[in-house]
Amino acid sequence: MTATPAQTTTSGAAWQGFKGGLWREAVDVRDFIQQNYTPYEGDDAFLAGPTERTTAVWKAITDRFPEERRKGVLDIAHDIPSTITAHAPGWIDRDKELIVGLQTDAPLKRAIMPYGGWRMVAGALETYGHPVSEELEKIFTQYRKTHNAGVFDAYTPEIRAARKAGVVTGLPDAYGRGRIIGDYRRVALYGVDRLIAFKKEEKEELNALPAGRRSLEETIRLREELAEQIRALAELKAMAASYGHDVSGPAATGREAVQWLYFAYLAAVKEQNGAAMSLGRTSTFLDIYLQRDIEAGVLTEEQAQELVDDFVIKLRIVRFLRTPEYDQLFSGDPTWVTESIGGIGEDGRPLVTRTSFRYLQTLYNLGPAPEPNMTVFWSPRLPQGFKEFCARVSIDTSSVQYESDELMRPRFGDDTAIACCVSAMPVGKQMQFFGARVNLAKTLLYAINGGRDEKSGAQVGPETGAITSEVLDYDEVMAKFDAQMEWLAATYVHALNVIHYMHDRYAYERIEMALHDRDVRRTMACGIAGLSVTADSLSAIKHARVTVVRDATGLAVDYRVEGEYPAYGNNDDRADGIAVRLVEEFMKKVRGHETYRGAEHTQSVLTITSNVVYGEKTGNTPDGRRAGEPFSPGANPMNGRDTHGYVASALSVAKLPYEDAEDGISLTSTVTPEGLGRTPQERIGNLAGVLDGYMASDGFHMNVNVLNRDTLLDAMEHPEKYPQLTIRVSGYAVNFVRLTRNQQLDVLGRTFHGSL
Amino acid sequence: MTALPGSGTATGAAARAVTRAATPAAAVTRRPSEGSVHSWDLSTGVDGPGTRFVTFLSGCPLTCLYCHNPDTWRMRAGRRTSADDVIAEAAKCRRFIAAAGGGATVSGGEPLLQPVFAGELLHRMKHELGLHTALDTSGFLGARATDALLRDVDLVLLDVKSWDRETYRKVTGRPLAPTLDFARRLADLGKEVHLRFVLVPGLTDARENVEGVAAFAGSLGNVSRVDVLPFHKLGEAKWQALGMDFTLHDTPSPTAEQTAAARAVFEARGLMAV
Repeated sequence: MTATPAQTTTSGAAWQGFKGGLWREAVDVRDFIQQNYTPYEGDDAFLAGPTERTTAVWKAITDRFPEERRKGVLDIAHDIPSTITAHAPGWIDRDKELIVGLQTDAPLKRAIMPYGGWRMVAGALETYGHPVSEELEKIFTQYRKTHNAGVFDAYTPEIRAARKAGVVTGLPDAYGRGRIIGDYRRVALYGVDRLIAFKKEEKEELNALPAGRRSLEETIRLREELAEQIRALAELKAMAASYGHDVSGPAATGREAVQWLYFAYLAAVKEQNGAAMSLGRTSTFLDIYLQRDIEAGVLTEEQAQELVDDFVIKLRIVRFLRTPEYDQLFSGDPTWVTESIGGIGEDGRPLVTRTSFRYLQTLYNLGPAPEPNMTVFWSPRLPQGFKEFCARVSIDTSSVQYESDELMRPRFGDDTAIACCVSAMPVGKQMQFFGARVNLAKTLLYAINGGRDEKSGAQVGPETGAITSEVLDYDEVMAKFDAQMEWLAATYVHALNVIHYMHDRYAYERIEMALHDRDVRRTMACGIAGLSVTADSLSAIKHARVTVVRDATGLAVDYRVEGEYPAYGNNDDRADGIAVRLVEEFMKKVRGHETYRGAEHTQSVLTITSNVVYGEKTGNTPDGRRAGEPFSPGANPMNGRDTHGYVASALSVAKLPYEDAEDGISLTSTVTPEGLGRTPQERIGNLAGVLDGYMASDGFHMNVNVLNRDTLLDAMEHPEKYPQLTIRVSGYAVNFVRLTRNQQLDVLGRTFHGSL
Repeated sequence: MTALPGSGTATGAAARAVTRAATPAAAVTRRPSEGSVHSWDLSTGVDGPGTRFVTFLSGCPLTCLYCHNPDTWRMRAGRRTSADDVIAEAAKCRRFIAAAGGGATVSGGEPLLQPVFAGELLHRMKHELGLHTALDTSGFLGARATDALLRDVDLVLLDVKSWDRETYRKVTGRPLAPTLDFARRLADLGKEVHLRFVLVPGLTDARENVEGVAAFAGSLGNVSRVDVLPFHKLGEAKWQALGMDFTLHDTPSPTAEQTAAARAVFEARGLMAV
């Protein structure tokens, strides 16, 4: 919205029938949507099932899954560093596909993306038995520096130590940071030529060297970035042309709109192996095109659904080459192709369209799947028909997550999407510097041990003096914990500044940023893990009697808890208040440190499935948890300590302040069908009610798993019977059969809130 | 769902004061402020409609063979809890329940073993918190429920257990008649009832027994739903923990067909059975 595209090529036919003017004059997809979309307040009766064509294309892919699962990766284009145009076009079934384009020249064949780091690429190639090109190794170790190399040049010894101990962890220093959502809709609405003109204009404005707000260095960096963005847009055109499509102008039909949008997204996943490569908020945008075609009588409902199904098939087979260690941290093969659906507009009209339904319908037409990560923006004000459909899909597939539209809209506006799991950002206007998370539980142990690591004995945190008393005193622990958290925040933000400086420099997201406004808002997205363990530990210290067990060197290695203590997850302020305070305190400490590019500090309470790995790295804790046992995921209360049902548990989580965790607060709720009611219709109504209740109580996010324990047990023994069994874990859905055995056991051990 | 005037803005204590002063029953009845409580829970879809704050009171005069909560039988095993504390706990969920749909259920044990305490909870759940109220009872102590108590109940979950007197005694160790009397009284009052019937193969599933319950329920006119609950053994571990013999150890759960057949018997009487 900052500039007017210079040349307005006539878009006559493509824009025929569209209303409004603002969006014609400047890049403003939101205005286009608001002027042209048709809210849908009915039910799911209109939806179409899969066609033979859809089923055949999907089968051609799923037939390859067993081999992929067995080998880890199906194939690798091991000698071509991936760019937008590096790979020849590829197809699943050229005659049958409606929406085309693959990351490489064959489905499920993975690309190498060395700009993030050569070691990750080489390691993965070796693991999966593919040759490592000597020439490429030379290029990316001698001639062309990578993000990973840059980061380790600038890390301090302190950061390295914290990283090694696992108190600061999962940092995107060896892999793509992701969590940047290009506004892929712009390509469909405007065509690439107009976007290039727009970017050129943004660049020209910077030709005069700055006086004032923007520094010299910032100006030069932006000019270089814009030049790269323009180059990437030209490559996008070339890539589309290799598939026989000319995307220089706007999309003229529903099918073209889906295709143009997908090409833009495809360009991003050809070039970036980001931790999360999210899609944005596309369903209601595309609905405008599908609706226009349907009204013109050139598209049937079945055909509209086919386009969506075919698009979703493509999103389901996005693949990245990663190492087994990475996969262990994140469970399988996550790509976080997150699509944000629904919500309410600023004018009060629901942003629900028929295509919102069509996206969810793919979970029936193609079966359940973790990707794309279907994310419904929930509000008690959503139309009843949509609420009930969402609830039904959740009950049947466990493949939907919910985030509070009521919390996001006032902060981010109504054209906001989720990156990854719970990170909200206005599309094309905001990006984040992804910061993984710190291990708060381990930091508490550092407080007790005066900065020494409880597993290695090494001095990692500052020397604040070990606690020497037999019984832990709450005030003493809190004072030392505060000092350790202060250190942690400083070390952490420092590490993130290094990482994102280098990522911008060596692995810049050209095409994704080409689909943003020039002057984006940036956030420094910090995060915490182990919230419930830490809160319960502090509650135990405060309300019960916790005695320290020390080894010969005086290191506290275990704790004896006598008496009961209130645990987080029971809607009890004595424990929940501690969790709230931890979130507030750590956010405050993070805010005290300068950030790269002036990014605004945020944090998340999210672990995805890495709660298992963090637990492995953390010793015994004063809440009674044993060393190595998993943390609870995200903001979840500890397994089994929430004894008053999943709603009471959720109400504890809802107390965490969103204003101090604007990067999202994740809750995973697992219920049995019986725990929602006795009849299918009753369960649908009750689940919709629970979501209404949670959002009305200021809850932010809820993963909903509706499962039977027996199904999971059977799936562990017979994975071949459940290739598509999907469960949601902390903001993300995973294929259950792709989890490690430990992760599967963690899921099982998690409270099944079935009522007896 | 009716809210007490001013309850949205007043503090809890102030709202209580207003309620008591304005309610004649409260003015003349001296209510004890404590009862024996086993636990509380927020449940969905199993203790009445929607998501509900459920208070399980301790103590039950029956000893049903299939009981899955035998740990609630003894009143002394419960925790002495003030009504204020229970209401304060429920109040924390009011916003959730108002948005989600649901209410409060007083269950047990047998809540009518502590009729005054149960009555106070129901009264305050309804009038202080503005919640839809349900009483989950076997009806055996229905005579202890005053008309005032029943005025504070929107829905009775009545676990009728059996029609055949011998079967009833075998299952519960007690006579059937008080439950039937209570059911008729509820019908006379026009109080909405969800009837519950636990289907246990070889114990409660005799054709005449099911037919009898269905015919009786159909004759009442105030039964809006029948829950045919298939017997399960998930409570068996609790029996063992209490050192008691679970005599239904070898009894199977009913098949889906058996459960469907029992539901059909109720439906044949014009009842909605699930």
